[in-house]
Amino acid sequence: MLAEIDNLRISFPTPSGFYEAVRGVSLKLGQEKLGIVGESGSGKSLTARALMRLLPSQARIEADTLRFDGIDILSASEQQMRAVRGKRAGFILQDPKYSLNPVKSIGALVAEVWRLHKGGSRREAMEAAINLLEQVKIRDPHRVAKSYPHEISGGMGQRVMIAMMLAPDPEMLIADEPTSALDATVQAEILRLIEELVSERGMGLLLISHDLPLVSHFCDRVMVMYAGRVVEELAASELSSAHHPYTRGLLDCIPSLSRPQERLSVLNRDPAWANP
Amino acid sequence: MTSRVKSLTKILSSVVLTLLGLSIVTFLIGRVMPVDPVIAAVGDNAPEEVIVRVRAEMGLDQPLVVQYLHYLGQVLHGDFGMSVLTKNPVAVDIARVFPATLELATGALLLAALIGIPLGVWAAVRQGRLVDQIIRIVCLAGHSVPVFVLSLLSLLIVYAKLGLAPGPGRQDILYDGMITPVTGLLSIDTLLAGDLGAFCDALAHMAQPVIILAYFSMAYITRMTRAFMIDALKGEYVITARAAGLTGTRVVWGHAFPNVAVQLVTVLALTYAGLLEGAVVSETVFSWPGLGRYLTNALMNGDMNPVVSATLLIGTIYVGLNLLADLLYRLLDPRVT
Ligand SMILES: Nc1ncnc2c1ncn2[C@@H]1O[C@H](COP(=O)(O)OP(=O)(O)OP(=O)(O)O)[C@@H](O)[C@H]1O
Ligand SMILES: [Mg+2]
Repeated sequence: MLAEIDNLRISFPTPSGFYEAVRGVSLKLGQEKLGIVGESGSGKSLTARALMRLLPSQARIEADTLRFDGIDILSASEQQMRAVRGKRAGFILQDPKYSLNPVKSIGALVAEVWRLHKGGSRREAMEAAINLLEQVKIRDPHRVAKSYPHEISGGMGQRVMIAMMLAPDPEMLIADEPTSALDATVQAEILRLIEELVSERGMGLLLISHDLPLVSHFCDRVMVMYAGRVVEELAASELSSAHHPYTRGLLDCIPSLSRPQERLSVLNRDPAWANP
Repeated sequence: MTSRVKSLTKILSSVVLTLLGLSIVTFLIGRVMPVDPVIAAVGDNAPEEVIVRVRAEMGLDQPLVVQYLHYLGQVLHGDFGMSVLTKNPVAVDIARVFPATLELATGALLLAALIGIPLGVWAAVRQGRLVDQIIRIVCLAGHSVPVFVLSLLSLLIVYAKLGLAPGPGRQDILYDGMITPVTGLLSIDTLLAGDLGAFCDALAHMAQPVIILAYFSMAYITRMTRAFMIDALKGEYVITARAAGLTGTRVVWGHAFPNVAVQLVTVLALTYAGLLEGAVVSETVFSWPGLGRYLTNALMNGDMNPVVSATLLIGTIYVGLNLLADLLYRLLDPRVT
C-alpha cells in the first residue's frame, strides 16, 4: 500500500478555538488511480498535502494512521520526509503561473531536482532535464529549457511541472487540480499525459479535481468529499449508481446531450451531511 | 535585444534629464540663498566700486539663463568655484573629504548587509518565534536610539574606559602625512603603501563609527529583508521546491531569496546613498573629516560654492545608485526587459 490514511483530522487555530477543516478522512492508495472530488473548501488539498507533510506550520494534524509505504508521516524526521518528497512521491500544483519559480530557467528547475535525487554533474543534469522535457512532449526542449516560466504557456508550464516531479522516478504522483488553470482543450492533453506516464511507470495517482465526470473518466476509483469528510467512495464505473444525495446532486448538475433537461438542477446541500 | 537597447536608452536619457534638472535646482539654491556671494568674497567693508567690479567679474550682473549656462559649463569642466572658508577650489576640497565619507559609508553598508540580510531571512523563516522577537528588539533599538547617543557612549566606554579602540579621527598622529594619498581611502592607501601598521591603525579608527552606522542601517535592512522574505515564502513555488524534496536551506536561499533580491537591491542602494550623504552626527562626534562635516561647516558660514557643489554631488550619487539598481534588476529578474 503506497498511501494509508485513517481518520485524518486537520485543524487550524482561530480566536475561538480550533477550526476543523478535515474531519476524519480515511483512504488507501496502491498502484491505482484515485480521484478526489468535492467543492471548494471541502479539504481536498489539505488531505493531499498532509500526506507529504506540506501543511502550513500552524495546522494541527491528527490521525490514527498516516503512512506512506509504511513510513509514519506524523513521526518521521524532516530528513525522512525529504526522502519521501520528490524522490518517492511527486506533487503537481494547480497553477504553473505561481508554482514555478519565476527567476529560474525551466532547465535549471528540472535539472536541480534531477541532480538532487540522482547526483551527477551539472551537465548530466541538464541533459537529463532536456530528456525529461521531451518525455512530457515538449517539442523544442532545448529552447524551452533556456526560457523562464513567464515566457511559456500554462499548458507548457504544467508539462514542466510534471517533468520536475517525474525527475526522481517517484512511485506516487499527487496532482492537486492540475488542470483547473488551463483551458478545456489543454486540460484533456495534460490529463492524458499524466495518465500515460502513470500507467507507463506503474505509479499510484491521487488526482484532485472539481470535475466529477473528468475524474471518473481518468481514475479507477472516486472519492467524494464534503465539508472535510468523505461522503462517498466508489469505483469510477459505478458512478451512475452513486447513492449519496450530494454525489447525486453533483451528477444532476451536469448538462447532458443524451438526457436533456428543461432546467439544470440546483445543487442542494443539507447541513446534516456535515455531521453524520 | 532591440527592446533591451531601447529600454536602456530610455533609462540613460532619463538619467541625463534628471541630472540637468538637478543642476538647475542646485544653481537656483545658490542664487536664492540670503547670502550675497560678493559680500562674502570681499567683506562687509569693501568700497562700493569694488563690490560693483567684483559682481561683474563674477558674472552676477548677467541674466539668470546666461548665468546658468555659464555655471553648467563650469561644472562640466569640473570647476566648482572657490571655497571662501578654506581658500581652496571646491573640487579639491571635495576630493579630499569625500573619500573619508566613502570609506565610512562603504564599510557600514557592507557590514550592515552582511549581517542584516541573513538576520532578516532568519527572522522570516522563524516568524513569530523567539529568534524573531529577539531580532525585532535588536532592530528596534538600532532604529530608535539616536546615533549620537551610541557614538558618545561608545567613545566613553570603548575608547575612554576600556581603551579597546582609538579615539576620534581617521588615523594616529604617528602616521600623519606618512601615507601618500592615492584613492583617498586610508584602508586602501595604507595597503598600497605596504604599511601594515598604518593599515591596522586606519581600520581601528574606522571601527567605532562604521559599526555604529552599520547598526543603524542594519536595523532597516533586516526589517525590509524580513518583510520581503515572509512574502516570498508564501509563494506556491516554495511548496513546489519543498515537494520536490529540497532541503529547507536550499528552499529559502536558492528559491525564495532570489525572488527578493531585486527589492533588496533598491533597499541597499537607498541605504548606501543615505550613508554617502555624509553622516553629519557621526562625523562630528568622531572628528571624521568627511563630506557631512564639510557641508555643515560651509552652510554655517554661508560659504555657498561648497554647499551647492556638495548638494550636486549628493544628488548625483542618488541618481547614479538608482541607475545601478535599475541595471541590476535586469540581471536579477528575467521578467524585466
Ligand atoms: N492556512 C490555513 N489557515 C486556516 N484555514 C485554512 C488554511 N488552509 C485551509 N484552511 C481551511 O481549510 C479548508 C479546506 O481547505 P482546502 O485547501 O483543503 O480546500 P480544497 O478542497 O482544496 O478547496 P479548493 O477546491 O478551493 O482548492 C478551507 O476552506 C479553509 O477554511
Ligand atoms: Mg485545493
